[in-house]
This record gives sequence, structure tokens and C-alpha cells, in this order.
Amino acid sequence: MNDQLPENILELRGLKTHYPIRGGVFRRTVDSIKAVDGVDLSVRRGEVLGLVGESGCGKSTLGKSILRLALSTAGEIVFSSENGEVDLRQLTRAELFPYRRRLQIIFQDPHSSLNPAFTIFTAFDDVLKRYGYGDKEARRAVLGDLFEAVNMPRHYIDRYPHEFSGGQRQRIGIARALAVDPELIVCDEPVSALDASIQAQVLKLLQNLRQERNLTYIFITHDLSVTEYFCDRIAVMYLGKIVEIAKSEEIFGTTLHPYTQALISAIPVADLDRKSKRIVLEGDVPSPVSPPSGCAFHPRCRFATDICRQQTPKLQPSKDYPKDHLVACHRVEELGVLGHA
Amino acid sequence: MNQHAPVRKSRLDRSFDRIRALEEAGALSSRVHNRSLRKFLSNPLASAGVIMFLIILLTAIFAPLIVPYDPLKIDLRALLQPPSAEHWLGTDKVGRDVFARILYGGRISIFIGLGSAVAAGVLGVAIGCISAYKRGWLDAVVLRVSEVFIAFPQIILVLLLVSILGQSLINLLLIFIATGWAPMYRMVRARVLSLREEEYVQALEAFGISTPVIAYKHILPNALGPVTVQITLSTAAFILAEAGLSFLGLGVPLQIPTWGNILNAANDMRILEQNWWIWLPVGLVISAFVLAVNFIGDGLRDSSDPTQQG
Repeated sequence: MNDQLPENILELRGLKTHYPIRGGVFRRTVDSIKAVDGVDLSVRRGEVLGLVGESGCGKSTLGKSILRLALSTAGEIVFSSENGEVDLRQLTRAELFPYRRRLQIIFQDPHSSLNPAFTIFTAFDDVLKRYGYGDKEARRAVLGDLFEAVNMPRHYIDRYPHEFSGGQRQRIGIARALAVDPELIVCDEPVSALDASIQAQVLKLLQNLRQERNLTYIFITHDLSVTEYFCDRIAVMYLGKIVEIAKSEEIFGTTLHPYTQALISAIPVADLDRKSKRIVLEGDVPSPVSPPSGCAFHPRCRFATDICRQQTPKLQPSKDYPKDHLVACHRVEELGVLGHA
Repeated sequence: MNQHAPVRKSRLDRSFDRIRALEEAGALSSRVHNRSLRKFLSNPLASAGVIMFLIILLTAIFAPLIVPYDPLKIDLRALLQPPSAEHWLGTDKVGRDVFARILYGGRISIFIGLGSAVAAGVLGVAIGCISAYKRGWLDAVVLRVSEVFIAFPQIILVLLLVSILGQSLINLLLIFIATGWAPMYRMVRARVLSLREEEYVQALEAFGISTPVIAYKHILPNALGPVTVQITLSTAAFILAEAGLSFLGLGVPLQIPTWGNILNAANDMRILEQNWWIWLPVGLVISAFVLAVNFIGDGLRDSSDPTQQG
């Protein structure tokens, strides 16, 4: 079945999501926040693609742009299915609807992701009706099955959100996304708000569900230690752009981009003998309103030279490393894995 | 714990045993199944408010069955009589029965106060919810319009309308709605602006649920709490405003009995000092009604919020 389908389920080409900043009496657009600023990314069917980066680098916006929850301003979002390729950005609301059941999202904050005014079933009933799940008994059964799929008792569907713990709410969020039997799920920091033991539990659940239902995940997180365990490939984002993308073990084994090196060096290590060499980045993330010229990372990069300040590096494979290891750095060939102890 | 020795039960144990026995017999589960209603009824102030509200409302509606007098009938042989068995609350300057006037006046006053507050609330909520959720030019336009309505002095608007359309009940109602919707709209708008960023709203969008359903069915219930309170407060304010405008001769035509028109008799110093039965009972009724409505509003707010225990 999967063999007939294209390898890439989703391809982003030059995707930009700029939020306008309005000012003056007439609310003219005076500038824009370049939250996602030209992202090329392909997601393979069945994989878990980790998307990591600091707060404010645009990773959540990228996830929401894919689902058109944030309106992207340029580029293509190409979704492949048995019906061929289609650019989700070009579709009208009505045309988009059939694709809504193929792409879903799990949110970060378990406290705002459920409507406090209704029981779980009442709040979710409109969705089940919209997708034609039959009469009330049938719809209740569907939601009950979903609850069981995420290891919750079926009768919990008549409870209010405030009656659940954070981990339970997150599992309800997962059940909700599964309701329409999606192919691709954007997980927007699904475990960041949970404590460590619950994190493991929810990750395990996500992993099991992926195997049972042939899901593809885009897993957005700022926690690198989670991605190593969970993701097949990892894309590192900085200021609206992807700076490095490779297989998990590649990223952790042969880190190429100086920014990724700094990120990885910041993972705490529970080993007293191993002194990890911590690379501390100077300064803050620059404002996405006016990103630095050339390589956006150059003001904080130890290796920055004139070319970094002037030219924007392309995301491309580099000579001595595997073809699917892409990095956007002018100096990658001379530096190599320098700095990674 | 020693199983064989007879366990000495404390009083606490016994009382717990009793509660458990009741629970197992099913005697403790409430007969009222609707959660919000149960919470509302278990709030003593709210229940008292409902009772007070209903008493005043029902006596106003069934006024002809309660008092034999016509509230408009002038009786020149019984001017300014103190309360007696014949006239329970005495008579006014032209011999009309005060009790009858209070009951009949309640019809108009409650209709104006509650009617315009509810109508203004519905209008403000309907506009505010959708415009705040959709944003864009519609929201900008409505916001400016509401500012104009808020900035415009109510009294000027009343003068304008009365001089154009004449003095009538409906005009007063329209004026109250026109001046009352804007604060409700702004309140709902502010709430919805913050609620629309909640992730459950985005989840519904990700499922392609239509805009009106998201706005009115899913977001609105979370924004209604402060609005119900505002509606009850407006009811009180409109009843008082009706009294004020009637005093100026701009409100309900004087011959129609309303609580405001009755109270206006007290603008005469002699009546204020000597004939307490003309203004005191109606003043108390207005206070009691406003209080009852406010209690109901508080109860509604608490019972509609599922995160509050009780």
C-alpha cells in the first residue's frame, strides 16, 4: 500500500509566514515579524521528524502554517496522497476540508487545549458530526474507542476538562487528533508542559500509536534530549530558517552547524566523570522583525567571517558527509565537526 | 488493627457509617441532574433572588386579581390617605390607590428594565462575539461605532428621539437598547479576543469547523459569565434611568404608572415629609427587585463556571 505512494508525504518549498506589524492612524503595515522565513523541508511518510530550536525561532508557527492555522505569506505546502500532489496554500476553505482529516495537530498546553465549558463529548460532538460519524450512540462509541486507544476509561468522555490531570488532558488531545484518522500529525511540543515521568508515558503512547496507525509525526520541541530518543530525523531551526537537518544519530554524532553544536552541548549530562564542553552562546536571539544580514546566526557565531555577514548560506549537503545531511553554513567544509567534543 | 476486639466506634465513625448507608441506599444522589441548575439551586442567595424576583413578577402580572382598584382611577374623595384596610398602601395626591399603582407599574418597569437589558445584551453579544473572532475590517468598524455610541450623551439622544418620534414606551426601549449594547459588546469582544487564541479554538479550526459554530457555540459560553452580570446590573440601571427620565417628563408618559412615575411624586417636599407611603414602598420594591436580579446574576455566573466547585 505504502509503496505506491510518494516517499514524501509533505514538502515545504520556500515557505514564509510573516506577521504584519501595523502602525499609524490607518493601521498600515509598517513592518513584519518574519516568524518563518523561507523554509524548505520534506517529510517522509512514516517518519518522525523532529523540529528543534530556541523559543521564538518560529517552529510552532511553522507547524501551524502547515495546517493553515497561521496564514503563510509565500511558498508552497505540498501534500502528497493517492490523489497526487496538492498545494494546500492554494485551496479554498471548502477544498481544504478533505485534507483536514489527513493532517492534524496536538497542542502544547494541556490546559488551554480543552474547552472548559463542556464535557469532552459535548465539545467534540460538532467535529464528529461534521465528519459524519452517524447517530449519537455511534458518535459516543467512536469517542469511547479513541479514549481506550489512549488508555483512558471510556466513560471519561462525559467528564469536564478540569476533572483531568495534565497528562490525561494531553492524552485527550491526542485522542482528538486521532478522531479523523489522520496521516500526518504535527505535535507542537506535546510533552513540554508535563513532568518527566508523564512525558515518558505520553511519548510511549505516541510511539505505539504511530506503529498501529502508520502515522507520520512532525515533532516540535525545544528539548533535544527528547528528540534523540523519539525522532528519525531532526531539523534545527534558527530565526525562521532551517540551519541543519539530518538523521538523529547523524545530528548527535557529527554535528556540523555551530548553532546545533551549541544546542547539543547544552543538554545536561548525568555523568560526573564526563565533562562536557559547554558552548555558551553570547547575546539573545535577534529580533525576527529585522534579522541579521547574511547568515542569521553570524552575530552569535564563534566562527563568523565576512562572507557570513554578507551572504545567506544555502541549506545543502556538504562534501564529506552523507547526502541527506543538509547544513546551512559557509564554513562547514573547513570546520567540520570542530567544537563537538 | 486487632480484628477480634470489638472496635470502639467514635462518634465520627458512626456519623460516617450513617452517611455511607444513605449513600448506598441512593438517598444522597440529587434528584436534580442538570449540573448547572443544581449548583444554582444550592446557592441560597440565588434561590432567594429567584423567589423574590418571581413574587414581584407574578404579582405584577396578576395585578387585577390582587387589587380591585384601577391604577388610573382618580378618587377625589380619598386624597393622600394613609394606609388602611381599604387602601393597603394609602392613596396619592389625586386619590389613586398606591398599591395598585405599584403592581401595575411593575409591569411596565420590569418590561423596560429587563427587556432593554436583555435585548441590548443579545445585540452586543451577537455582534461582539463574531467580530472579535473574525477580526478584520468588520471588527474595526463596529469598534468605532460602539465608541460613538458610548461617547454620545444618553440625555441628548433621548431629547432627540422624543422630539422626533414623540414620547412613548417603545422609544424609551429603543433608546436604552441603543445606549446599552455598546458596553456589552465591548465586554464580550475583550473576552473573545483572549479566548480565540486558546488552543481548543485552533483545534476546532484544524478540523474545519465553521466560523459561526466556533464563535457562538464553543467560544461564547466561556465569555458569557461577565455578560450575565452586566445584564442584571443594566436591568437595575435601566429601571432607575426610566425613573429619572420620567421625572424630566422625557420617559414613559406620566399617565402610565411605572415605578419611576410613582416615585416622582416625591419631588414634592410636603409629600416627602408627610406622606411616606407614596414613595417608601415603591422605593423598597425597586430596591428589592434590583437586589433579586443581582443575586440571580451572581448565581448564574457561579453556576455557569464549571471550574468552580460546588
